[in-house]
Amino acid sequence: RDSELGRTRMGTGSHCTEIQDTVISPEKAEEAKLKARYPNLGNKPGGSDLLRKRLQKGQKYFDSGDYNMAKAKIKNKQLPTAAPEKTEITGDHIPTPQDLPQRKPSLVASKLAG
Amino acid sequence: THTHSHPHTHTLTHTRSHTDIISTVEFNYSGELLATGDKGGRVVIFQHEQESKNRPHLRGEYNVYSTFQSHEPEFDYLKSLEIEEKINKIRWLPQQNAAHFLLSTNDKTIKLWKISERDKRAEGYNLKDEDGRLRDPFRITSLRVPVLMPMDLMVEASPRRIFANAHTYHINSISVNSDHETYLSADDLRINLWHLEITDRSFNIVDIKPANMEELTEVITAAECHPHQCNVFVYSSSKGTIRLCDMRAAALCDRHSKFFEEPEDPSSRSFFSEIISSISDVKFSHSGRYMMTRDYLSVKVWDLNMENRPVETYQVHEYLRSKLCSLYENDCIFDKFECCWNGGDSAIMTGSYNNFFRMFDRNTRRDITLEASRESSKPRATLKPRKVSTGGKRKKDEISVDSLDFNKKILHTAWHPKDNVIAVAATNNLYIFQDKIN
Repeated sequence: RDSELGRTRMGTGSHCTEIQDTVISPEKAEEAKLKARYPNLGNKPGGSDLLRKRLQKGQKYFDSGDYNMAKAKIKNKQLPTAAPEKTEITGDHIPTPQDLPQRKPSLVASKLAG
Repeated sequence: THTHSHPHTHTLTHTRSHTDIISTVEFNYSGELLATGDKGGRVVIFQHEQESKNRPHLRGEYNVYSTFQSHEPEFDYLKSLEIEEKINKIRWLPQQNAAHFLLSTNDKTIKLWKISERDKRAEGYNLKDEDGRLRDPFRITSLRVPVLMPMDLMVEASPRRIFANAHTYHINSISVNSDHETYLSADDLRINLWHLEITDRSFNIVDIKPANMEELTEVITAAECHPHQCNVFVYSSSKGTIRLCDMRAAALCDRHSKFFEEPEDPSSRSFFSEIISSISDVKFSHSGRYMMTRDYLSVKVWDLNMENRPVETYQVHEYLRSKLCSLYENDCIFDKFECCWNGGDSAIMTGSYNNFFRMFDRNTRRDITLEASRESSKPRATLKPRKVSTGGKRKKDEISVDSLDFNKKILHTAWHPKDNVIAVAATNNLYIFQDKIN
């Protein structure tokens, strides 16, 4: 059970030790939890990686050569799916035909108006 | 008199669901019309019906007035970029004649739509008969003047202007200027100024793109024109700051006139600090004296004359601060909540999770949490205030933080410009709540 309270022993000179409660802010406790789960997480949280990922939303890097290579690979064996990583930058991952969403046709009427 | 934070007398008008998720909600200037945009690129406009004679104690309801497909999905082959048809924002133009005009935008293209009524049809054409079939011109022996005859009301939407190819990045805001001639559009790194009549040109007024993208530290998250001063606009950033710019000072407003930022205690800084400080919405008050910003956990009211801190801060769901790790993992920490003022600027409203939304009365400092869901409220019933239990002991009727449904988010809300009527979008359902008139 996560506790917000941390206890530290503090020495006061040559006399008996004091036990003092220190309160870790909930935010910092959450940060510690996150870093425990993702030790490779970059130290610049709001930095360029996160922002650049945001700017590249919707980008699907592929050309016909990559596309056909990936299609051929699938026929031979199953490609391992990449584990989702928080530090992954779009563009390093080459999409396979499976990854590309079907372009859906636009619906003619909204049910709300129907 | 009723204060907005004590809605013991709300009635509910519930409309049927979209097939797609609602992505924007906006009343027009009179409040007669309410537009919604959805993820499928459709716009549905509701109109306020006049009070019925049978039930004079109720305000009229909002019924469907017009629906049309505003944007289609596109693929930019050159950049290998999928362009969603999702409507990010709708903004109405002030009404100048019988027709209504609105701007709708997806990530890349803004469109000006004209919504007009047709209740007359011309009959008695010379060259075609009533079915529309062409008549043999040699058989026409006399000429007649077509006559206008009444017909069933038809509401037509037609695209009048298409403002395209001006944004490299994704459009997050559009805002009509008080001059009623221009409007601004903002993407992650740039803000453009358009004239409503001119589609092949726009002026870039803000550009924060660094020469080297590796040096990118913040993006533009929202922008809005001042409601009265046509030379003033503001834009917010992912770092929790707001810049006010004056278009009279320079053609390119990269240098701000005012810079709003709340000082932060450096010892409390964590991995999440910048992410939760990112401003998801900025709205001027109707008076033009204040502006409101929404970040992940709070809503802040700023006096335009004071840059160093907000004048009011309201906690929306502070209990989420101890859940930030999970909210980062499921991406909820990046949810963009909007906020809105009531007509008199005395109350503000914003959404939360579990289909909850919050209203704050600025005068009494009281707040209330309400729920927009079919399970919790029947039509014409009064809404019951909700409470999230934060301490150890959970009281009856309270909901614990761990029971909250984070997939049920209320990101978009709108407040009628004059009356106590609010529109709340809960995923793919639209709820309209109004005060019961005693």
